[in-house]
Amino acid sequence: MKKKEMVAMLLAGGQGKRLKGLTKSIAKPAVYFGGTYRIIDFPLSNCTNSGIDTVGVLTQYEPLVLSSYIGIGSDWDLNRKNGGVFVLPPHEREDGSSWYRGTADAIYRNLKFVDQFDPEHVLILSGDHIYKMNYNAMLEYHKERKADCTISVIDVPLEEASRFGILNTEEDLKIYEFEEKPAKPKSTLASMGVYIFKWDVLRRALLEDGEDALSSHDFGKDIIPALLSKGKPMYAYPYEGYWRDVGTVNSLWEANMDLLSDNPPLNLNDPSWRIYTRNPNQPAQYVAPGAKVSGSIINEGCIVRGEVKHSVLFYGVEIGEGSVITDSVIMPKVKIGKNVHIHKAIISENTVIEDYLEIGTDRENEDEILLIDNRSKKRKSVPAKTI
Amino acid sequence: MKQLMGVINLDHELDHLNELTYFRCGAAVPFASRYRLIDFVLSNMMRAELESVGLFVRRKYRSLMDHLGDGKSWDMNRKHGGLFILPPDWNDPTDTSLGDLQHFHNNLDFFKRASAKYLVHSGSQHINTIDVQELYSYHLQKGADVTLVYKKIDQLEPEHDPCLRLEVDGEGNVTNIHHEKNHPNIYMDMFIMEKEFFLEQVEYCIAHGESFFFRDAIQKRRDKLKIAAFEYTGYHAVINSVSSYYKNSMELLNQKEYTDLFRDNLIQTKIKYEAPTHYLESANVSNSLVANGCIIAGTVENSVIFRGVQIRKGAKVVNSVIMQKCIIEEDAVIENVILDKDVQLSRERILVGDSKRPFVIAKSSKM
Repeated sequence: MKKKEMVAMLLAGGQGKRLKGLTKSIAKPAVYFGGTYRIIDFPLSNCTNSGIDTVGVLTQYEPLVLSSYIGIGSDWDLNRKNGGVFVLPPHEREDGSSWYRGTADAIYRNLKFVDQFDPEHVLILSGDHIYKMNYNAMLEYHKERKADCTISVIDVPLEEASRFGILNTEEDLKIYEFEEKPAKPKSTLASMGVYIFKWDVLRRALLEDGEDALSSHDFGKDIIPALLSKGKPMYAYPYEGYWRDVGTVNSLWEANMDLLSDNPPLNLNDPSWRIYTRNPNQPAQYVAPGAKVSGSIINEGCIVRGEVKHSVLFYGVEIGEGSVITDSVIMPKVKIGKNVHIHKAIISENTVIEDYLEIGTDRENEDEILLIDNRSKKRKSVPAKTI
Repeated sequence: MKQLMGVINLDHELDHLNELTYFRCGAAVPFASRYRLIDFVLSNMMRAELESVGLFVRRKYRSLMDHLGDGKSWDMNRKHGGLFILPPDWNDPTDTSLGDLQHFHNNLDFFKRASAKYLVHSGSQHINTIDVQELYSYHLQKGADVTLVYKKIDQLEPEHDPCLRLEVDGEGNVTNIHHEKNHPNIYMDMFIMEKEFFLEQVEYCIAHGESFFFRDAIQKRRDKLKIAAFEYTGYHAVINSVSSYYKNSMELLNQKEYTDLFRDNLIQTKIKYEAPTHYLESANVSNSLVANGCIIAGTVENSVIFRGVQIRKGAKVVNSVIMQKCIIEEDAVIENVILDKDVQLSRERILVGDSKRPFVIAKSSKM
């Protein structure tokens, strides 16, 4: 294999339990987002837009959809003769076999994969975040500082800081302490789960961690504190821009809603930083006479005969006459009948919603986003005409 | 073993779409929000899993080649066979062939290398969703020398005028081929025959100084051949003029035409990585087809909008076809207009065409 300056390793094995039914049969990075994407499109597109052409994707939980989605990587321009995208599930070895025991363990089990490319640096990514980022700019920063490890951080409001992994730094952003979800945060620099390591430093740390029976084999809990305790030069890389963790049903819904304002904070129509995705090649969307669509994003293959307000429609969705959809996310191939009302809900792929159903209307607590699939119990309104 | 190969012959298609075909051939004209005319015949051939497809084109093919690439979008980037784009490049001093026979004569290797025994020939102006495998079975069952495809049209329109007509007897055999304008059986510029037979006919025509394969090998010699007729009954549109282009674009806004053409998602095209379309708060859209990558803040009625179009606040688009990446600025009004790609219409500009004869604005115009 040809030598690479940097190889990316994308941790995509998580189940994402807090996404409930959305990850029942697919891994979290395969969850749909933004009318046409899956979450993993963001780190993969960032890689390709940053000029990183070698990406290992570590899978474990429900890998079928994810692996077939990635395929040979041509949609992200990652079908390369030298490098490209590699799906890396756990595998049997001479000394036995087990699942990946943690994020660090997943890389430890694939040392041979990384070694093939003899890289100077390794970029560790996760498949749970929506953001556009130039990893190459981060690499330049990492090299300038001669860092062993550089961690991308985002400034969060102090009152939210205790939900994140917080980095405490000197004035020059040299990290002296890492605190996972601190009760009393000393800083507002939250780790984005994006790390660049010198490969020889990480390699040694992984070998030591792999032998440690007491370790939980986690980057945040084990590898980073271990390197800090050895006094290695580690720096925070300040990121500015849109970044959202979409690990819960509510946060996934919120990030979708962020796309709907007239000038959204995350611009998906930027030709200089496209987000690539597998295109289902559907015909153009059709908006019928009498339909109303506003403040929404809608994908090809949709047929809209009702009203769509402040919502996201994935491909192949049909909405019948008299139906009103507000503040909702409708996933691919959902069929919605006539005179249906849906408010503040996420409707899962392939769900069929019959005529006159009321979903999410008339409820007292609107803070929780409803997640609806074919198994959900639904309430039918009495058709007005029959009263 | 695959028994079929395809020929897409654009040699005799006239570029009669005015501004839309000044710089591209008819087959490369954008249609139905996100396709080009060539996509329909290619998708039909893709679904039939042909061994190889040869595309014969003489002029204005830059845009077409850019669109087709290596044929990946139609699953035709194959190690063996796949898509062959064969523009005119021949230097044989002994060559005496004329017309479309030149293409066949100078690309004999393309035909001979394929192991397929049968050949399907098509143009690009008849938009349809034919099942080519069904045509092949029918041809075998009829035991004919050649099978021609036709569509019976109840209401003939001006665009049918240049089309040939087939007279068909009760057994499904072609008894006459002519140009009588009131005859309903429109020949769809598509036939199937054995490859060896095709090549023999090509040689015969060249030897006799002929210049147009269909006319000289089939139409003129119909008494010597067993010619079967295959009736196609699905979606069909002939696009050979601005008015037929406009009319058929608008008809896709009807549920029947939309469903007939797009059922089962049969049509493939070159992928663009556009975001979904964003309808802003002030958007007001009805009875329109819209592709991805658009940002719509204005009013759109009865229109066909291609990928990456921006329609700004206060702008109004009615009964129009707006191709890729056009920008309609604030308070501009357009009605009965076809805008080719990359047209920019400045604020408060008003453009109104006739409902039968729409205005056509050439590619990349700034108005």
